[in-house]
Amino acid sequence: MLEIRNLHARIADTDTEIIRGLDLTVKAGEVAAIMGPNGSGKSTLSYILAGREDYEVTEGDILYNGESILEMDVAERAASGIFLAFQYPVEIPGVATMQFLKVALNEQRKARGEGELSTPDFIRKVREAAGELKIDPDMLKRPVNVGFSGGEKKRAEILQMALLEPKLCVLDETDSGLDIDALRIVADGVNALRSPDRAMVVITHYQRLLEHIVPDTVHVLYRGQVVKSGDKSIALELEENGYADIIDAAA
Amino acid sequence: MNIQTKPPLTLAEQALVDGFAERLKDLPGSAAVSDLRDRLIGELKDHGLPTRRIESWHYTDFRVLLKSVPEGGNDAVRLIEPLVPEAIRLVAGADAGDLPAGLKVSDYADALRDGRVTTQMEPRGADDAIGRISGAFVSCGLGLDLAAGTALEHPVELQVAHGGGHTHQRFPVRIGANAAATVIERHTNRGSDPAFVTSVTDLVVGNDANLTWIIVQTQGGADTHLSQINVTLEENARLTLYVVNAGGKLVREEIHVVAKGEGADLQLRGVNLLDGDSHTDVTLTLGHDVPNTTSTETFRNVVFDRARGVFQGQIRVAQDAQKTDARMASNTLLLSDDGEFSTKPELEIFADDVQCAHGATVADIDDVHLFYLMSRGIPEPQARGLLVKAFVNEIVEELEDEPLVEALHDVIETWLERHG
Repeated sequence: MLEIRNLHARIADTDTEIIRGLDLTVKAGEVAAIMGPNGSGKSTLSYILAGREDYEVTEGDILYNGESILEMDVAERAASGIFLAFQYPVEIPGVATMQFLKVALNEQRKARGEGELSTPDFIRKVREAAGELKIDPDMLKRPVNVGFSGGEKKRAEILQMALLEPKLCVLDETDSGLDIDALRIVADGVNALRSPDRAMVVITHYQRLLEHIVPDTVHVLYRGQVVKSGDKSIALELEENGYADIIDAAA
Repeated sequence: MNIQTKPPLTLAEQALVDGFAERLKDLPGSAAVSDLRDRLIGELKDHGLPTRRIESWHYTDFRVLLKSVPEGGNDAVRLIEPLVPEAIRLVAGADAGDLPAGLKVSDYADALRDGRVTTQMEPRGADDAIGRISGAFVSCGLGLDLAAGTALEHPVELQVAHGGGHTHQRFPVRIGANAAATVIERHTNRGSDPAFVTSVTDLVVGNDANLTWIIVQTQGGADTHLSQINVTLEENARLTLYVVNAGGKLVREEIHVVAKGEGADLQLRGVNLLDGDSHTDVTLTLGHDVPNTTSTETFRNVVFDRARGVFQGQIRVAQDAQKTDARMASNTLLLSDDGEFSTKPELEIFADDVQCAHGATVADIDDVHLFYLMSRGIPEPQARGLLVKAFVNEIVEELEDEPLVEALHDVIETWLERHG
């Protein structure tokens, strides 16, 4: 589903290269964990997948279902089924959450040639998904993410993911800032979305999240490259020994 | 010895003088009113329109900006759909119909005929071009008197829906003690000809009265709109004043408020939606004349194309007006490199125990906001539209009156659709 080939990318208009020849393949149905020390390029990778213009791909390619997405803008990628759950969800004063969800859902449907959802259908869908994530309905009356706690913001991200039903989910440090109960709710939400035709890229610092969202593969990112890939045992190994061994082996 | 030569009249000034001569015979008024009109047009001829050398017109060089003045115009009555369905519609010259108890409406043309309005018609001072033009040309209007203790259930909507050409109206309004009401003042061009409009409102909000006054200006893209609202707030009077500018080519809207009674409070909110090559100027003077009065002023401005906007906010705190609390902000979303917005705050504080603050910001759409919305599949134009709306709707939603909020959302939405 996702194939990243020899990707090089830098911060736009600078010489600061952050991704330096990254290769990664994630199949449909697979949950791939990306781990790595601070500054290894994890978050940058998530932004590049989403299409943020602050980064510039200088070499290599990103194939999604066999086709390059490099020429697609952020909204086009989203409509094609790529979803980024933000590490720091953005507060947008003045934009009502329900209106935002409705516009997003209907724009995506429009882009795929599907009809708009009726308002009652839409509201029912949101209520159901919110209930499963234990999201207080009052939260939905507020502007997007405004006044949400850290945990509420993360749950709201998963709510959006559940509603938009993407094909490729990129979760950027979804565990950061969550207490253990919130982590469980979020992980349950993510697990509920696992399916044979959906791939997930789970970016995290810690093994803790991977106890709840058990990955099929684990990839260690260091200095903008995948330096080691394997099954979930790598995560356990990292938890015990830190990154030093793997980094030394790669150097 | 100095020889002062008067500059020749501009085309627009000449058109005003000629238009006055032409219209004079049809303008209602007693002998005293006619004399006053003659005097005012004489002053206009002598002084010309204000230029940037006049401090209060520095950012709006009216003499240069007013390129032409249309001919004709009529006072034909037009009733349009009210912004809020239940509103009591009032139009100068039309039968007001059944009015709620406590509300008296008078025809300003009658007041001109019997001449009792000459004092009111005097301009505010030598630089008051709007007062001068209005005084010379005013042909009709409405007087409102809300009796003490009356609370109106539905809003009153003053409609000035014209079809182009000259329209000059005045609205003397008195809100009695302890009364409560919402008044919508609407200016719109429903024809296709360019318009030249003046509107002057003289408003007194009585002791403990609570008034919401909303000005919605949606003139045509070639229109000149000059308006003035002169407000006196008596003891514990509360005024929530909203100004929405979403039209016009050359707009000057003056708001002059005096907090004359202790405990008076003004909540002023403004939304300026500017596009094309329009020029819109909102000028506020606010006097905190007595102790313990409060005010906040917040403007949200959106600038597209080559539009230019001006906000001048002057707050004067008199020497004995201790415990004044006044906060003013002007925030601009500048969406074009060719657009411009000038903000001039001016605080004149003579008391020593007061809180006064002012701030101004200018920004483009936040890239992070835009990225977030687009990352959910909302295409860039729609995402930008949502963010622009959000910027101004924050102000509108403070109204906390659902039908009114919805009505203003619609006005804003209609305007923004031009830029979708």
